[in-house]
Amino acid sequence: MSEKSQTDYSKAELPVRLIEEVDEVSRKMGLSKEKKDKLIEQIKKEYEKESFEPGESIGIIAAQSISEPATQMTMRTYHFAGIAGIRVTYGLPRLIEIFDAKKEPETPMMTIYLKSEYNNAAEAAKLAEALVEKDIMNIVKRISLNLNENSIEIEVVDKRRTDSVFKSLMDNLKNQTVKMKGEKVVVTVKTEDVKELQKVKEKILVLRVGGVEEIRNALVRKEGDDWIINTIGTNLSTVLKIKEVDEKKTYTNDIYETASALGLEAARSVIVREALKTMQEQALDIDARYVMLVADIMTFDGEISSIGRYGVAGAKTSVLARAAFEETIKHLVKASIRNEVDKLQGVFENVMVGQVVPAGTGMFDLIVRSEEE
Amino acid sequence: MVAIFFDGKFVGDAKEPEKLVSEIKNKRRSGEIPYQVNAAYHKHLNEVRILSDSGRVRRPLIIVENGVPRLTKEHVEKVKKGEMKWGDLVKSGVIEYLDSEEEEETLIALTEEDLTPEHTHLELDPSVILGLSAYFIPYPEFNRGDRVNYGAKMVGQSIGIFATNFLSRVDTKSNVMTYPQMPMVQTHAHKVVSYDKHPNGNNVVVAIATLDGYNMEDSLIINAGSIQKGLLWSYMYRSYEAEQKRYLGGQEDIVAVPEAGVRGYAGEDAYKHIPEDGIANPETDLDSDKVIIGRTSPLRFLGTMDRFVTGLENMRETSVRLRHGDKGITDRIFITETTDGTKLIKVVVRDLKIPEIGDKLASRHGQKGVIALIVPPEDMPFTESGVVPDIIFNPHGIPSRMTMGQLLEIIAGKLSALTGEHTNATAFRSKPEKEIRDMLVKNGFRNDGKEIMYDGRTGKRYESQIFIGNAFYQKLDHLVSNKIHARSRGPVTLLTKQPTEGRSKEGGLRLGEMEKDCLIAHGASLALKERFDSDKATIPICTECGLVAIQDHIKNKKICPIDGESKIIDVEMSYAFKLMLDELKSMLIYPKVVLGEE
Repeated sequence: MSEKSQTDYSKAELPVRLIEEVDEVSRKMGLSKEKKDKLIEQIKKEYEKESFEPGESIGIIAAQSISEPATQMTMRTYHFAGIAGIRVTYGLPRLIEIFDAKKEPETPMMTIYLKSEYNNAAEAAKLAEALVEKDIMNIVKRISLNLNENSIEIEVVDKRRTDSVFKSLMDNLKNQTVKMKGEKVVVTVKTEDVKELQKVKEKILVLRVGGVEEIRNALVRKEGDDWIINTIGTNLSTVLKIKEVDEKKTYTNDIYETASALGLEAARSVIVREALKTMQEQALDIDARYVMLVADIMTFDGEISSIGRYGVAGAKTSVLARAAFEETIKHLVKASIRNEVDKLQGVFENVMVGQVVPAGTGMFDLIVRSEEE
Repeated sequence: MVAIFFDGKFVGDAKEPEKLVSEIKNKRRSGEIPYQVNAAYHKHLNEVRILSDSGRVRRPLIIVENGVPRLTKEHVEKVKKGEMKWGDLVKSGVIEYLDSEEEEETLIALTEEDLTPEHTHLELDPSVILGLSAYFIPYPEFNRGDRVNYGAKMVGQSIGIFATNFLSRVDTKSNVMTYPQMPMVQTHAHKVVSYDKHPNGNNVVVAIATLDGYNMEDSLIINAGSIQKGLLWSYMYRSYEAEQKRYLGGQEDIVAVPEAGVRGYAGEDAYKHIPEDGIANPETDLDSDKVIIGRTSPLRFLGTMDRFVTGLENMRETSVRLRHGDKGITDRIFITETTDGTKLIKVVVRDLKIPEIGDKLASRHGQKGVIALIVPPEDMPFTESGVVPDIIFNPHGIPSRMTMGQLLEIIAGKLSALTGEHTNATAFRSKPEKEIRDMLVKNGFRNDGKEIMYDGRTGKRYESQIFIGNAFYQKLDHLVSNKIHARSRGPVTLLTKQPTEGRSKEGGLRLGEMEKDCLIAHGASLALKERFDSDKATIPICTECGLVAIQDHIKNKKICPIDGESKIIDVEMSYAFKLMLDELKSMLIYPKVVLGEE
C-alpha cells in the first residue's frame, strides 16, 4: 500500500485490501481524480450495504454458516500429508478440537520457514536433523549398573555425542556426581539401594541430549522457492530463537502455544487459519468473517475460552439461558444460593418466558416523551 | 494333550485330536451320530470343540473328497425323478451341515470348476451368499452391493399377500394387495418359496424419461389409466377391540348405544349409525373419530362421595372410535370371550388404498420413489406400437446408483412380455444379456430396449429414443393417506397446556430449537413470539413477594396468599414457564418475579 493512498482514504473506513484494489484499478484504467473519487463513493455505498445492521443476529448466522457445512464433513479422523509418516488430524475432529480450545492438538505440528540466507536444501536438512528431540535412550550403546560402586556407566554409540550426554547429565542430575571415565560417563548415586539406582537409570534414559523439546519428527519439503520443515510436535518459543528460522512465517497449529509465544492476537489468527484450513480441505467454502467472529468471541476476554459448557456458553449472564443449555440443576442451584437475578436481556430467556426477543425487529423500543414532563 | 469341549463344557483330553475329529465327522456322515453334531479342532487354541446344542447357525454344503464332490449325476437324476429327497442326501452323507466352528477348518469351492484336491466342500450354488429377501432380487450381481441391500430391505416393506388366511385373521394393522402378480423376471427363490401364494407387486411398463420434470428427485409419474385398471391397489385392514369388563362391586361395562346424560356423551348424531347392540354393522361407512363400538363404563374411582352419585351420573362414555385420520368400512366382526369370561368384541375395518400422489413405490433394486404426478393415459407418451408406459422413471436415478440390474430386468421383462415366458434372473446364473438382446431383435425390437416414442399431448415424436420395458414394482407400506396431517387448533396436553404431539392425537407440528434459531436469524422477533404463543397465559403476580397470586372470581379480586392485599399485576407469560417456576418452588428454590414499571 502506498503511503499516499493511506492518507487519502483513511476516513473512508474501507478495508486496506479494498483501497489497494481501488488504487490499482484506477492506475490501470488511468482514472482522473474526480472519477476515482466517484468510484470510491460508489464502493463505500456498496460496502455499507453489505455490512450487518444493528439488531441482526450475527451469532446465529455465523454458527449456522459454520455448522451446516460441518455436517457434511467426513468422520474420518486422519489423513496423510503427502509423505508417509506425517499423520494429521483433520475434518470434523479437528474442527471440534479447535472450537473446544483443547489444550494440546491431537497432532501438534509446526511449519518452519527459513530466513532467505539459509533457504536451501542443505541448511534445511541440517536444521531438521538438529530439531528432532533425542533422548539418551536413542543414542546409548550400553548402560550398566555397577553395584559395587553404586554407579551407572553409560556408553554412547557415537563417541562425539559423549560430551553432550555428559553436559545433559550434569545439568539434570543435581544430587549425583557425574564423571567422565575414559569414553564412559559414570554417574555415582549416593544411596546403596538398588531400587534407587534403577530409578536413576530410568530417569537418565529419558533425558534429552539434543534437539528441541517436544519435536519428535521433522521432514523437509519444498514449497515454491521455499524450503520448509514440517515437524511433528511443536515448540514455538524455542524454535523462534534459532537463528536460521524465519520468525515471521514460522507457524504452529497449537493455539495455546502461539498465545504464550506470540500473544493472544496471534492465537486468534491461528484459530481462524486452522478452522478455515480444515473446512477448505474438505472443499467446504465458508466466509472467513464467520470464523473470525467465533475466534473473536473465543479470545476477547483476554484468554482462550472454548465454545461450550466450560467456555463461552457457560459464561452467559442469564441463569435461565445457562440452565436451558447444559447442567440445568447445577446452574439453578448455584443461582438460588447466590441470589442471582436474571434480567431477561438475552434472546433465550425471553423465548422461555414468552416475550418478544431482543433481536431483529424486537431489538428496539419506541420511547414517547409525554408532554406533561 | 488337547482339551475337548462338548457344548462348551470340558469333558476330557485327546491324544490325537485330528483323528478324533475326523472319526466324529465320518460317523456323522454315515449316520451313526446325529447330523446336527459339529466338531472342530482348533490348533492355535489347542482345543477340540464338539457342539450339539441348539441356536447355532448352520448351512448345508456338498462334501468333497479328493477334489470330487460326493453329489453325482445319479443323485441329481434320482432327486429329479422323486426317488430321493433332500433328507436322503443328508442321511447318505452327500450333503452335510456346518456350523461356524467347523467351517473354520474347511476349504469351500464356490463352483465345481474351482475344485482342487485341497477342497473339502462345494457350495450348493454361488447364489447362496444371498439371504432370503435378497434372493428375490433379479440380476443382483449387476448392482452395487448397497443397492441390493436396500432392495432386500424394501421387499420387506412391500404390500402383497402376507398370509393366505388374511380374511380370518385379526391383525392390528395389515395390508393386502388386491391384484398382485408374479414377476415376469424371476429368480430361483420365486419357485422355491411358493411365491405364487405370497406375491407382492405388479408388472408394469417402465419408461426411463423425464416428461417435463415431474419425476425429479426420485419421484414417479404414473398412468391414471393403469391405476383405474387396478394397478397396485390394496386394502388396509385395521382391527379395533372392546372388552366388556367387570369391576369390583359388581359393576360392569355396558356395550350399547350410550344413553344421553352419561359423562362424555357425544350427542345423538355421533351414535346414529350404531344399532341397538352397540356394535357397528358390517359394511358401515366410517369416518375419522366415528364410534365403532358404543360403550359406557362405571367411573373409575369409588370414593365415599361417589356413593351418592347414582345411575347415569356414575357412568362414563368409553366408546371405541376409529383412529383419528383414518376412514374405512367395517368388514368383519368377531364376538368372543376372554379367558376371564368377559365379552370381547373385535371389529376389522377395511379401507381401499388406490395409488395416489405421495404413495411410495419401489422396484426390486433399491430404487424407491414417490408418485408425483398421475397422468391421463391419453397424455402419456406412446411407442410406435401404441404401448403406453405405466410408470415413468427419471433417468437421473441411474448413473449415481449404478443399478444395472434394473436395466437388465427391464429388457428381460420386455422379452418375457413378448415371448410369454418367465426370464430367469437368479444371481450368477441368469439369462445372459446377449441372449436377451438377440431375442429382442428376433421379436422385432431394438436390442438395447430403446424405442421411438411420441408425446401423448401433441403427437410429436421425441427427439431421442426412450428406454422402455417391463419391470416389477412394489407398493411400500408408506402410504400418504396414513400419514397426511395438519392442524390449526386442537387439543393441548394437561400439564403444560402446549399442543399435543402426533397425528393420532391431532397434534401440532413442533417448531423446534433449530427452527427457532432460523426465526431469530431472520430477526423476526414478533413472528417468533406468535409461534410460541400456544401456551400463553395471563398470571397474577404479587409485586411484594414475586410469586403467583390468586384470582378470586367470586369476590372478583386478586389476593396474594403471602402478602394478602398487596398490589397484584397480571403478567403474560408462557404457561410452561409458570410451570417451571412451580417446579422450582417444589425444589425449595424461590423464583421471585421482579416486575418493572407497567
